[in-house]
Amino acid sequence: MLSDFVIRALLGGLGIALVAGPLGCFVSWRRMAYFGDTMAHGAVLGVAFGFSLSLPPLVGVLVVTLALAGLLARMTRSRALGADTALGVMAHSSLALGLVLVALMGIRVDLMGLLFGDVLALSRGDLAWIWGGALVELSLLIVLWRPLLASTVDEDLARAEGIPADKLRLVLMLLVALVVALAMKVVGVLLVTALMLIPAATARAWARTPEAMAVGAALIGATAVVLGLLASLEWDTPAGPSIVVGALTLFVMGGLSRRGWALRRESKMSI
Amino acid sequence: MTMIDRLAPPGTDRLVTLRDVAVTLGGRAILRDVSLAVHRGEVVTLIGPNGAGKTTLVKALLGLVPLSKGSVTRAPGLRVGYVPQKLKVDPILPLTVARLMTLTQRATRSRVREALAETGVEPLLGASVDGLSGGEFQRVMLARALLRRPDLLVLDEPTQGVDQLGEAALYELIDRVRKEHHCGVLMISHDLHVVMGSTDRVFCINGHVCCTGAPQAVAGDPAFHDLFGAQARAFALYTHHHDHAHDPLSDSGDPGGCGHDHGAQAHGHALPHPHPQGEPGHVE
Repeated sequence: MLSDFVIRALLGGLGIALVAGPLGCFVSWRRMAYFGDTMAHGAVLGVAFGFSLSLPPLVGVLVVTLALAGLLARMTRSRALGADTALGVMAHSSLALGLVLVALMGIRVDLMGLLFGDVLALSRGDLAWIWGGALVELSLLIVLWRPLLASTVDEDLARAEGIPADKLRLVLMLLVALVVALAMKVVGVLLVTALMLIPAATARAWARTPEAMAVGAALIGATAVVLGLLASLEWDTPAGPSIVVGALTLFVMGGLSRRGWALRRESKMSI
Repeated sequence: MTMIDRLAPPGTDRLVTLRDVAVTLGGRAILRDVSLAVHRGEVVTLIGPNGAGKTTLVKALLGLVPLSKGSVTRAPGLRVGYVPQKLKVDPILPLTVARLMTLTQRATRSRVREALAETGVEPLLGASVDGLSGGEFQRVMLARALLRRPDLLVLDEPTQGVDQLGEAALYELIDRVRKEHHCGVLMISHDLHVVMGSTDRVFCINGHVCCTGAPQAVAGDPAFHDLFGAQARAFALYTHHHDHAHDPLSDSGDPGGCGHDHGAQAHGHALPHPHPQGEPGHVE
C-alpha cells in the first residue's frame, strides 16, 4: 500500500508532467529552451522576493518569473542584445541575486529543495496549486492550440492571415513562467526545463503531427514521473533527479528502438 | 482622380490600396512613395532586383511591417491567402501536408483534398512536409492559401526552388486559379518573360515604383526593348539604367508607366540607390 505522501508526490508529478510535455513541445519548436532555463533561475529570486514580503513562495516565484518574461519580451524585441545573451544575463543574475538576498535576509531556506525539488514533501495545498495551475494551462493550450502552432511555424504567415502572433508569443512566455513556478517544488529550478524538453524530444522520434508529439510528450512525462518515484522509493535516491533520469531512460530507449526499427526496415527493403 | 484610380480596371472591386507608402527598417529607407492597388480578378506583378524592397512592399501591404509614411487600406473583411517567400518548417516540428493545410483555419478533409487536387498534389495529403520537393511544396502552399477562399492571393516568388518546366506550369496554374476563384493576385517575380502572358499589370520596383503599366504597354516602350530585347537573359532585366528624373508628379501623371526616358543620362534620384549589373550566369 502506498502511503499518503507517495500518492501526493505521484499526483503532483503527474499534474506537472501533463502540462510540461505539450508546453515543452512549443519550447523546443520555438527554440526557447534557454528561456525556460532563465525562468527557472529567476524562480530563486522569486522565492527570496516572496519571503521578503511574507507571501507564499509560489506567489513570489510567479510574480518574478512573469516580470522576467515580460522584460525579456521587451529586450528581445529591440534586438540590441542577442536573445541568448539577454537570457544569460537574466538567468545567472537572478539566480545569484536570489541567493544573495536569501542570505542577507537571514531566512532559512531549504536550498537543496529549491534547486532539486522536494516532491515527497508536497502538501495538499501544493497539490491544489499544481492541479489548478495545470488545468488553467491545459485549457489555454487547447483553446489557443491552432493559432499558437500557426505562429510557431511562421509568424509572418500567421499574422498575414489574422492571427495575433505577438500576443501569442507573450502568452507562451507566461505559460512557461507558470509551469516553472508550479514545477519548482516537484523537480526544483535546476531540473524544470528537463521535464519540458526530454519528453518532447522523446516524442519527436515517433510523432508525425504536432498534436501526436504533444500528447506523446505528456504521456512520456507521466511515465517518467511514475518510474522516477518508484525508483526513488526503491533505491532511496532523490525524487526530482530520479524523475529526470526516468525521462532520460525513456529518451534513450526511444532513440534506440527507433533506430532498430529503421534498421530492420532497411534490411527488409534491401532483401 | 488619383493615379491609383486611373490605373484601375473600370468597374472592379478594389481589394487593397497603398498610398504614398514609405518603409524604414533599422534606420534604412527601404521603400518610398509607393502607391499601388490590387483589384478583384487581376494579377499584379512586382518585379525588381534583389534588395529592391519587393518583399517589404508585400509585407507592408499585409500589415507585417510598420509604415513610416502613407497608408494601406484593405477592403473590410478582406481574406488574404499568403505564400511567403521562405517558409522553412523546422524538422523538429513534425508536420504532414494535411496538417499544414489547416494551419490557420479549420477545414474538412474533403475540402483539403479538393484544394490539393486543384493544384495537382492531392496524393501528397498524408506526406511529411520534410520530404517534399521545391515544386511540391510550393503547390501545397498555394493549395493551403486557396483553402482560405481568399479575396486576395499574395505570392512572394511562388516559383522558388522550382525548375523551369515546373515554373511555367505554376504560372499557368496561378492564372487558372485567378479565373476560377475570381480573386486578386499580387505576386513577386524575377522573370517578366514568364509572367508576361498571365499578368495584368506590372510594377517595376527599386526602392520606389520605377515604372508601371500593363505588360503590353511596358513591352511597347522603347525602354522595355532596351531592357529585354537586346538581352535574352531574363536576369538582364536588372542591368538597365534608371537614368531618369524621378519627379513624383510626372510619374503619377503617366498612366502608361515607363513613358519616361530610361536611356537619358540625367539622373534625378532623390535617394542614391545602386543598380547592380547582372553578371553572366547570375541567378538568385
